[in-house]
Amino acid sequence: MLTIAGRTFKSRLLVGTGKFSSARVMKEALEASGSEMVTVALRRVDLDDPGDDIMSVLDRERYLFLPNTSGARDSAEAVRLARMARASGGGDWLKLEVTPDPRTLLPDPVETLRATEILVGEGFKVLPYINADPILALKLQDAGAAAVMPLGSPIGTNQGLLTRFQVEIIIEQARVPVIVDAGLGAPSHVAEAMEIGADAVLVNTALAVAADPVMMAKAFAMAVVAGRTAFEAGLAGSRSRPEASSPEMGLDFLN
Amino acid sequence: MKIVCNGKEKEVRDGLTIEELIVDLELNPDTVVAECNGAIVLRPDYPDRQLSEGSVLELIRFVGGG
Repeated sequence: MLTIAGRTFKSRLLVGTGKFSSARVMKEALEASGSEMVTVALRRVDLDDPGDDIMSVLDRERYLFLPNTSGARDSAEAVRLARMARASGGGDWLKLEVTPDPRTLLPDPVETLRATEILVGEGFKVLPYINADPILALKLQDAGAAAVMPLGSPIGTNQGLLTRFQVEIIIEQARVPVIVDAGLGAPSHVAEAMEIGADAVLVNTALAVAADPVMMAKAFAMAVVAGRTAFEAGLAGSRSRPEASSPEMGLDFLN
Repeated sequence: MKIVCNGKEKEVRDGLTIEELIVDLELNPDTVVAECNGAIVLRPDYPDRQLSEGSVLELIRFVGGG
């Protein structure tokens, strides 16, 4: 079981709700994923075209809401968004994102740490999205972060676990859950993250823009379970020299 | 009177409350968070909170995001 800030989850797959073609597809994909925690963003209502209200299709009894602070460029903006999320009934849980550069969408470590300190002080359960920096991860957990969310590769790129080496160090040192977030584009990517001991993964784009998001959600759910089970089973490890898996003895009759 | 709502100037009746404005816009007051002149207004205060000339209002809500 995954435990974050004292709350337990059966599923180790977190799902983002962006980019789905319709609210119905999103709802079905979430159900197929088995996820119990979903991220949402905060945006100004378009008064000329309000569109669907996502809250009318998401079951708050079924999913823990993890509002994000996407769009925040510094700690002050992130704190403002966090307070709005709480005021709108989003609860105390927060995926903290501070991404000042729209080109790379990479998180700002200094502002993320600053915002974490402020928001932990205000009683938020802060899950900061970070570059895969082991030193930063330690500082964030010391500051009271409920988990750390290192990126596998940049947001929306589907390039997989390019940061594996650093994520392995983060996992080795962590006293809080490690959730690999961003860039995981295929079930094999999430299986890899889970095999090396990640506590959970968060995916969005890979499901939302798949040809069949509902079927893809099932595939990712299975990959998370497969990777986690392999981690718990203890992988056999790799070696550079070949070693026969059939016995070397008992071949005398061929001579 | 004139207010600024989500960046646009809007003519509304005097004494309009945040609750009334949200309902007039066919939005759900339970899922919209209001920030008036830079300060968050809590949901229970919507029915009593009157807007005034020049009020700057932001109406925000959850959307899909990762």
